Amino acid sequence: MSVLSPFERFSTAPAKTGLYDPALDKDACGLAMVATLRGTAGHDIIDTALTALTNLEHRGAVGSDAGTGDGAGILTQIPDTFLRAVAGFELPEAGYYAAGLVFLPTDADEAARAKAGFENIAAEENLTVLGWREVPVRPEVLGDLAREAQPTIEQVFVGTPDNITGIELERRAFRLRKRSERQLGIYHPSLSSRTIVYKGMVTTLQLEPFYPDLSDERFASTLALVHSRFSTNTFPSWPLAHPFRMIAHNGEINTVKGNRNWMRAREAQLASDVLGDLKQLSPIITPSGSDSASFDEVVELLYLAGRSLPHAMMMMIPEAWEKQTDIEPARKNFYDYHSMLMEPWDGPAAVIFTDGSLVGATLDRNGLRPGRYVITDDGLVVLASEIGVVNIDPAKIVRKGRLQPGRMFIADTVSGRLIDDDEIKSEIAAQEPWGEWLEQNRIRLEELPEREHINHSASSVNRRQRTFGYTTEDLRVLLAPMAKTGAEPVGAMGSDTPIAAISNRPRVLFDYFVQQFAQVTNPPLDSIREEVVTSLSTSIGPEGNLLKATPQSAQQISLSFPVLSNDDVSKIKHIDEKPGLGTAFTVEGLYRVDGGAEALAARIREIFEEVDQAIAENAKYLILSDRDSNRELAPIPSLLLTSAVHHHLIRTGQRTKVGLVIEAGDVREVHHVAALIGYGAAAVNPYLAMESCEQMVKDGLIEGISIEKASKNLIKGLGKGVLKIMSKMGISTVSSYSGAQVFEAIGLSQEFVDTYFTGTVSQLGGIGIEVIAEENAARHRSAYPIDEAANVHQELEVGGEYSWRREGPSHLFNPETIFKLQHSTRTKSMEIFRDYTRAIDEQAENLMTLRGLFTLRNGVRPAIDIEEVEPISEIVKRFSTGAMSYGSISKEAHETLAIAMNRLGAKSNTGEGGEDVERLLDPTRRSAIKQVASGRFGVTSMYLTHADDIQIKMAQGAKPGEGGQLPPNKVYPWIARTRHSTAGVGLISPPPHHDIYSIEDLKQLIFDVKRANRAARVHVKLVSQVGIGTVAAGVAKAKADVILVSGFDGGTGASPLNSLKHAGTPWELGLAEAQQTLMLNGLRDRVTVQVDGQMKTGRDVIVAALLGAEEYGFATAPLVVEGCIMMRVCNLDTCPVGVATQNPTLRARFTGQADHVVNFFEFLAQEVREYLAALGFRTLEEAIGHSELLDMNRAISHWKADGLDLSPILAGPAFGPNESRVRATSQDHELEKHFDHKLISAAQAALTEGKPVVIDLPITNVDQAVGTMLGNELTKAFGAEALPEGTITVNLTGAAGQSFGAFVPKGIKLALSGDSNDYVGKGLSGGTIVVKPHSNSPFLAEENIIAGNVIGYGATSGHMFLRGIVGERFLVRNSGVEAVTEGVGDHALEYMTGGVAVILGRTGRNLGAGMSGGVAYVYKLRGDRVNHESLAAGELSLGALEAADATKLKSLLERHLQETGSAVAERILGNWEEELAHFVRVLPRDYAAVLSIREKAIAGGVDPDSESVWSEILEVTRG
Amino acid sequence: MADPRGFLKVTERETAKRRPVAIRIKDWREVYEERDQAVVRTQAGRCMDCGVPFCHQGCPLGNLIPEWNDLTWRDQGKSAIERLHQTNNFPEFTGRLCPAPCEQACVLGINQPAVTIKEVEVSIIDQAFDKGWVEPHMPERMTGKTVAVVGSGPAGLAAAQQLARAGHTVAVYERDDRIGGLLRYGIPDFKMEKTHIDRRLAQLEAEGVRFRAGVNIGVDITWEELNSRYDAVLVATGATKPRDLTIPGRELDGVHYAMDYLTQGNKAVAGDSLESQIHAQGKHVIVLGGGDTGADCIGTATRQGALSVTTLAIGKQPPTERPAGQPWPTFPTLFEVASAHEEFGERTYLASTVEFVGENGKVTGVKVAETEFVDGKRLPKAGTEKVIPADLVLLALGFTGVEGDTLTAQSGAELDSRGNVTRDGKYATNVDGVFVAGDAGRGQSLIVWAIAEGRAAAAAIDEYLEGTTELPFPVKPTDRPISI
Repeated sequence: MSVLSPFERFSTAPAKTGLYDPALDKDACGLAMVATLRGTAGHDIIDTALTALTNLEHRGAVGSDAGTGDGAGILTQIPDTFLRAVAGFELPEAGYYAAGLVFLPTDADEAARAKAGFENIAAEENLTVLGWREVPVRPEVLGDLAREAQPTIEQVFVGTPDNITGIELERRAFRLRKRSERQLGIYHPSLSSRTIVYKGMVTTLQLEPFYPDLSDERFASTLALVHSRFSTNTFPSWPLAHPFRMIAHNGEINTVKGNRNWMRAREAQLASDVLGDLKQLSPIITPSGSDSASFDEVVELLYLAGRSLPHAMMMMIPEAWEKQTDIEPARKNFYDYHSMLMEPWDGPAAVIFTDGSLVGATLDRNGLRPGRYVITDDGLVVLASEIGVVNIDPAKIVRKGRLQPGRMFIADTVSGRLIDDDEIKSEIAAQEPWGEWLEQNRIRLEELPEREHINHSASSVNRRQRTFGYTTEDLRVLLAPMAKTGAEPVGAMGSDTPIAAISNRPRVLFDYFVQQFAQVTNPPLDSIREEVVTSLSTSIGPEGNLLKATPQSAQQISLSFPVLSNDDVSKIKHIDEKPGLGTAFTVEGLYRVDGGAEALAARIREIFEEVDQAIAENAKYLILSDRDSNRELAPIPSLLLTSAVHHHLIRTGQRTKVGLVIEAGDVREVHHVAALIGYGAAAVNPYLAMESCEQMVKDGLIEGISIEKASKNLIKGLGKGVLKIMSKMGISTVSSYSGAQVFEAIGLSQEFVDTYFTGTVSQLGGIGIEVIAEENAARHRSAYPIDEAANVHQELEVGGEYSWRREGPSHLFNPETIFKLQHSTRTKSMEIFRDYTRAIDEQAENLMTLRGLFTLRNGVRPAIDIEEVEPISEIVKRFSTGAMSYGSISKEAHETLAIAMNRLGAKSNTGEGGEDVERLLDPTRRSAIKQVASGRFGVTSMYLTHADDIQIKMAQGAKPGEGGQLPPNKVYPWIARTRHSTAGVGLISPPPHHDIYSIEDLKQLIFDVKRANRAARVHVKLVSQVGIGTVAAGVAKAKADVILVSGFDGGTGASPLNSLKHAGTPWELGLAEAQQTLMLNGLRDRVTVQVDGQMKTGRDVIVAALLGAEEYGFATAPLVVEGCIMMRVCNLDTCPVGVATQNPTLRARFTGQADHVVNFFEFLAQEVREYLAALGFRTLEEAIGHSELLDMNRAISHWKADGLDLSPILAGPAFGPNESRVRATSQDHELEKHFDHKLISAAQAALTEGKPVVIDLPITNVDQAVGTMLGNELTKAFGAEALPEGTITVNLTGAAGQSFGAFVPKGIKLALSGDSNDYVGKGLSGGTIVVKPHSNSPFLAEENIIAGNVIGYGATSGHMFLRGIVGERFLVRNSGVEAVTEGVGDHALEYMTGGVAVILGRTGRNLGAGMSGGVAYVYKLRGDRVNHESLAAGELSLGALEAADATKLKSLLERHLQETGSAVAERILGNWEEELAHFVRVLPRDYAAVLSIREKAIAGGVDPDSESVWSEILEVTRG
Repeated sequence: MADPRGFLKVTERETAKRRPVAIRIKDWREVYEERDQAVVRTQAGRCMDCGVPFCHQGCPLGNLIPEWNDLTWRDQGKSAIERLHQTNNFPEFTGRLCPAPCEQACVLGINQPAVTIKEVEVSIIDQAFDKGWVEPHMPERMTGKTVAVVGSGPAGLAAAQQLARAGHTVAVYERDDRIGGLLRYGIPDFKMEKTHIDRRLAQLEAEGVRFRAGVNIGVDITWEELNSRYDAVLVATGATKPRDLTIPGRELDGVHYAMDYLTQGNKAVAGDSLESQIHAQGKHVIVLGGGDTGADCIGTATRQGALSVTTLAIGKQPPTERPAGQPWPTFPTLFEVASAHEEFGERTYLASTVEFVGENGKVTGVKVAETEFVDGKRLPKAGTEKVIPADLVLLALGFTGVEGDTLTAQSGAELDSRGNVTRDGKYATNVDGVFVAGDAGRGQSLIVWAIAEGRAAAAAIDEYLEGTTELPFPVKPTDRPISI
C-alpha cells in the first residue's frame, strides 16, 4: 500500500486539475537567526527571534483569507528545562533523549494507529518511546483555511535502552523519523536530541500565540532560526513551513529537478557504516516536498553520514570558485574534487543552518538574497534578511555586516565565538589531500592522445543533412553566422509559425520541448556581465559513493566546455587504448526504419540491455552515437536516446556509474545542445553541424575564415548559447544544468513523456512514439529518395521558420495578410479587413495556433441583436499597444501609435525607453502605460507620476529571461536624451531586475511604484510558461493590480533565435492556467488580467475574453498597419519603411498614420461586437471567463493534433456560478498606512508654497519606500527639478526599510542616522540621501555595513552620501547620481551609464561590468577586482585622475564629510595631495570619447547633435 | 544576406543596356548588350533578404529570389543556378520574357526602385549555360508509366521535364513543325533567340523526353486514341484562340491576327521559306492592342521594313507611376516602353476602331474614333471618326481560350464558361487520366504561371500514376496573384 506523502497529507492544495499543478508552487521569504555567544541558554533568544520574525511580516504573504499566512516557524535548541517540566513523565538526562513535534491525522483512530506504528519502528531502531505530550495550541488565532488543514499536533520523546547520546542518537532518531514518514505518512517537523522545530500555517504574528509553549519563560536556547514564508499559492501546507530540520531557506533552487534525480540515481550507491541500511530510508528525498525541503533532506544525510555541517553546505552551495583568481589552492581543490561528487544546488539562496550548537548562514554564488547581521558587545548575534528587525541600542552594537556571495558566516554557541569564512573553509579544505587525489586520478581531455581529423565528402554531408532534416535555412541562418562569428544569431519580430505540436510538417523532437525561464520567483542571470560566477566546465565519468570520499572519485574526464569537437569525442571513444583510464562504450543509436515505431521502441529496449551489459563490464563512458545511419538504419532522435538512457540508468540505479557523451547529427542549434544537457548529457558533439560548417567554408559560402576557425566558432557559439539558456533559468553551472530538465513538453503524450522523459510536464498531451517514428522516417526517406533526379536541384528543404517561404511553414503574417491589413486600414474598408481576418482565422483553423482549434459555441445562449451590444467606443478602451520602446522603433512610429490610442481612449505603452517630458505632458502624444523594465531607462518620479498604468516587465514573450541591448549606432542623440544616457554609447537592459530576485522583492517594487503614483494601476507582465498560474497567484498576493500574460511568440527588436522559437508557450495556455489558478486561490476578483502575443483579429479577442482576459494588447498588427512589412531586421537599424529604425533617411519613409491605427482598432471592436451578439452577450465584461462557450470537439483530423487534449485549457476545475471570473474589487494597497503621510502633512508649507521645512522622525525597517510618496506629491505640485535642493529636509533615526528614498525628486533631502536596507535611492530623481551610523555607534563606520544591496538602481540624478560599506551591485544602472560610499560588495557600478561614484574603501569582485558611462573614483582600487572582460577589451580604462576629476572628487568628499562626518573623508582631505594619488579613475572608453567629441563641437560652435558630429561619434564608438 | 545596408548604398536600378536602335533594327538578334556581371552583382546586393519576401510570393514559381540574389552577390554562380533551378525549369525563358511580377512586389519598390530581379535571374542561367553547369539529369529507374504531353509551350515542357526526371516515359506532341509552342513562334528573336530553346530541348531530350512535332492531336491522332496509348495525358495546348474584332471590313485582305503574323515572321527568321508570308515591308502597319504581343508585332514590322507602325489602344494611356488603385504589391498596369517602342512607331490611346476600310478587298485604312466611357463601357464617340491609312492591320487583342473542339468532342473533357478546360484541385479534367496545365486551363496568362502549372501538374500526374510523389506542387489551379 502506498503511503501518502506527509507534504500532501497536511495540505489543502487541490490535486492537479485543469492546468493547475501543485508541483509548480513556489515560495520565498524572509528569515532570521539569533544566537548568543555568552554560553548560556535563555528565553531572551526566543523572544528576540520572535520579534525579528514579527518585523519580517512584510516579506511573507497572506492569501485570499486574510488570517491565513503562508507559514512561519522557529527552530531552537531542545529546551530541556521546559520540556522536563511539561512532559508529564520522567525524561533522561539532557542529550539522552530526542524530542520533536509530530503532525498526526486529525482522526483519533488514525492518529492512534500512527502512534502505535511509530512505537514499533522505534523499537526496531533500538529506541524507546518515552511518552507523548499533547502540544497546547490555540487554533482560534488562525485563519479559516489554516485551521481546516491543521493536523493534530503532539510531541514525542524517545530514549535509548543503551544510553546513546550525541550524533549516534541523532542517527537513530533520523532513521526512526524517516521510516515513520515513509511508512506511516505522518510528519515530524523535527526529532532530535539537540534541536526542535515549531512551525505551521501561521502568519509571523500568529506563531507565538498559536504555540503557547514559545511564550514560556522556561523555554530557553542559545540559538534560534525563524522564517516567514511567501508562497505563490494560498493553500495551507503545514509541513512546508520552515525551518526544516537543519535549515531555513530564502530563495529558490532552480536545478531542484535535476538535483532530485541525481540524488535518486546515487541512492543505489549510497553506503554508510554509521547510518545502517539506507534502503529502508529511501527515497532520501520525500516526494512532493518543496525545493527547501529536499535541500534539507540532503544536507541532513551528508551531515549524519559524517561530514560537518559547513562541509555539507560547501558541497551543496559552493562559492563561485571556478574563475576566482585569489582563492587558496587547497580550497579550490576541495571544491574541484567535490564537484565530482555532487553538482551544485543552484539558485538564489540565503540559507541559515544549525546542528544545535553551530549556527551559520551562507549565500549562493551570485549573492542574490540579502543577509545582514549585527553583533553586540554582550555576544548577541542577529542575522536576518533585513537590518533593523530587532531593536538594539546602537551603543551596544560592535559590528554590522552582511552575508556575501558564496561566503559563510558561523557562530559557535559552545565555544562562544564567531568563525569566519576563511577559517572554517581552510580547515575543511585541509582535511584531505584533495589536490593530490585530483592530480593522480583526474583525466584531462588534452592529455589524451590526439586523433587524426576525418574529412567527409560533400555528398556524404548532404545525405546526412537530409537524414536529420536540415534545411537551407538552418545552414544560412543558424550555422553560417555561428561559424562566422562564434555567437548565436539574432532575429526580430517574434515567431508566427505553428508550434511543433500542431505543425503539419515533420519536426525534430527538440522542437516539442520548450525552455523554462526564471520569472518573478527567481531571477535570470547575466551570463555576460556576470560571467565570473558561471561555469561551463564539467566532468564525465563514474561517481563514487557520495557518503565516502575516496581518491578514486576523482577519476573522471574533466572538460572545460560542454560542446565537443569531432576529434575530442574521438579521443574519448578511444580512451581504453590508454590503460587504466577505464573504457568507453559506443551505443549505436540506430534502428530499422522500416520497422516503424515498434522497431524504434524495441531498439531502445535493446540499447538498455547493451548499456547494462557494458556497465557490468566496467564501461565508464557511454557515447550515444547516431553516426552510422544508412538506407536501412535511421538515427534515433538524439534527445529521445539520451533521455531514455539517462532515465533508464536512474531507474536502475546505475546512472552515476557512467558519464554520458552524445555524438549527435541532429544538433544544429543552441536549443538542441541545451536540451540534451538538460536531459542528462555531460557533453555533446554536434558532428554534422561541424561537418556542415566545414563544407560551407570549402564551398565558399562562409568566407574569410579557415575551417579550423569556423569549427571553433561553432563550438564556442553553441556553448556560450547554452550558458545563456541556463542563465535564463538562473542556473550558473553546467554541471547542475545537466539533467535539470528545465523544459516543458508541448504536444507530446503523457505516456511518451513518462516513459522517456520522466518528470517532464506535458499539459496538453499529444503525439507518441508512433508519430515521432513517422516524422523520422519522412526525413530518412528524403535522404534516400527512390530517384534523385526528381528533385535534383533541391539540395535541402528550404526551411522558412525565420523568413517566410512558400514551401515552408505557414506564417500568420504573410504577403497576403500583410497586404490586406494595410490596405483595409488605409482605405478604411471593413470589407477588406474581413478578408484579412478571415485569412488569419482560416490559417489559424488550419492548425496555426491553439486558439484556431477552438470553435465558438453560438446558440448556447440566445443570440442578440448587434444593436444591443455595447458600442465600439467601449470595447476599444480595453485595447492597448505593446511595449515598444522609443529607440527600438522610430519617433514617428511610436507617436503615431500613441496619438491613435489616445484618440480612441485606449492605451499605448512607452516601452522601456522612457518618455520625453514634452511628450509626457502632451495629452495627445503621451503614452498612458509607462513601462518599468530592468534597464529602468527614463524611470523618474516625473515619469511615474504621469502614468495611468505602470507596467513592470518581468519578462518579454520573444525572449523571456533575457535582457536587451541597444547597440551604439541606434543610440542617436535624441534617444540618449530620453534615456538619460550618452549618444553613440550602447545601452544594456540586464536580464533581471536587480531589485527583483524573488516574489517578495516584486512585492516591494509594486509597493514602491504604487507610492510613486497612488492613482496608477500597477501591471506585472509575465510570459506564458508552465507554472505561470502559481506565479500569477503570487503576483496577485504581491498586490499587482493587473497581470499581463504574454505569449511566447510576441515581437521584439532583437532576440537570439533560440528564444524566439523555444522559450515560453502560447498565451492560450498561460492565460487559462493563470485564470484557473487565480480562481482556485480565490484571488481572481482583485486583479485585472490582460493578454497579448500575436493577437490579430476579433476572434483572437473573443477567445482571450472567454479564457478570462479583460484587456488585450496588440503590437505587431498595429505596426503592420503603420507600414511594417515584417522585414525582421529591427536589430540592424535598416528598416526600409521607417518603423524600427532611427536612421533619419529611413524614418523619412515612414507612411503610417494615426487614422489607420484607429481604423484597425475600430474594425477589431466591430468584429468583437459581432461575435458578442452571436454568443448572446451585451458586453465584453459578461463574456469574460466563460470558457464553456469554447468548443474543441470540432473534429481534429490532423495526424498530429489527434492526440492533443485541449480540455485542460477549457475545462479546468469546477467553479461555482458566483465565483468571480473578472476583477470585482481592488487590491488593498494599505496606502493610508504609509510612513510618508507623516512627512506630507509636516511638509505642507513646502508642497504648497515651496518654503523650506525640516522634519525629524524615528524610523524602523517596516517603514519601506520612505520619501517616495512625498516625492510624488512634490512632483505633482512642481514638476521635475523645480525646487532647490534640500527644500524639504527629513532627518530620520533608526533602521530604514527597503527602498529608502526611492524615486525621490530634487528638493527633498533624506538624512538617516542608523542604517538602511536594500534598494536605497532606487530611481533617485534628483533628491539627496544621506545615511550615517547612529551617533552612539561605537564601531568604525568604514568597517561596517551601512546599507544593503542594489543601491541607486536606475537612479537618474541626485546625490547620495553613505558613511560605511554597502552591499552588492552598488549604483547598478545609475545614469546620473553622484554618490559616495566607503566600501562596496561585488558587481559594483554594473551597467552604469552616467553619474559619479566615489568609493573610499574595499571593493568586491567584478566592478564595472557592463559599465558604459559615468566615472568612478576608487580608493586603492585593485585591478583584479574590475570586470576582466571590459578591461581586456579596453572598454574600461583605469588611470590617474585628471585635474577636473580631482576637483570633482574633492568637492564630493567635502560634502560627504559635511553630511556624514566621515572619518575617512576627513583623513583623505587632511592629506589631500598624497591621498589623491591613491585614487584610481574608472572611465568607460566610448563614453569618454563621445563626451570629448561633443564638448569639442560645442566649443567650436557646432551643434553636438548634428549629423557630422554623429558620424564622428559612430566612427569612434564602433571601434 | 551579405550586406544589410546594400540598398542604402546603391539606390538606383541598373540593367543591361539595349543596343543602339539604328543598329539593332538591322538584325534579329536580342536587343540587349552583354551584361556587366559587376553591375548584376551590385544590383543583387540591393536585395534586403526580407523576412517576408513579397517577390517570392509575387512569382508563381516561388523562385527563391532572396537566396539567389545573395548567392549572386557572393559570386557563387553554381549554387545560384542550383537554387534557381530548384523552382524554375527554364530561367532563360522567364528571365527574358516574364513581365516580372516579382519586381512589382519587391519590398524595396515601396519607396525605391525595385531590385533588378529578372536581370539577376537571366545572368545566373546564362552564366550556367556558358560554364556548362546545365546538365541532363536522368532518372535511375523507369516507372514503366507513359505520359503524353500535348503542347510544347512552357507549361508542357516544364511538365515533361519534371515527369521524365521522376522516371516516366514522356512524349511531347506539337502540332507545329518545331517544338516550343508560343516560345518558338510567338516570341520574336530580338526578345529571345531560339538557341535558348534549342539547348534546353537538348537537355530534355537527353533526359529521355521524346518530341513529336508536326502531330496535331485531334486530327492526326484522336484524343481518344491518345488516352488509350498513354497512362496519362496532359493537355498543355495553350489558350490560342485569338480575340477577334468583328467590325465592318474584318474580311478584308491585310487584316490578320498578330499570332499568325508573328509565327510566319519567326519561321522566316529561322530560315524557312514561306509562301505568301504576311510581311510588313513597305507597308503602313497598324497594330490593334497595346500589350506585349502588340509590341512584338511592332518590333517585327520595324525589322521587316514597314513604312510606319501605329499602335491603337482603346483605353487610356496607363500611368507611368503606380496608381493608388493598384497599390504595392499588386501588379499594376503601367505605361511601358518595350524595346520595340523605342525603335519605331507611334502609340495612340483612346482609339476605338470602328471599321476596316478597304479597296478591292484589300485593307487601306482603319476608321477610328475617340473612346468615350459610358457606364464603364468603352464606346466610340460619335463625330470623332477619322481614317488612318494602313496596308497591314494586326489584331493583338488577346486570347479567348483553348481551341478545344476536338478535345471536347473526342475525349469528353469539359470547358468552362470562359473557354478553358475545367479541372479539379489537382489539374485533373473530368476525364480519367487527362490533366490540363497552363493557359489551356487558366486562360491567357504569364509564362511563369505556365511553368508553375506545368510543374504542379507533373506532381499531380506523378501522384496519380504512383500513389505518392516527391515532385513539388508550386501552385494550385485556383491560385491567383494578390489583388484587391
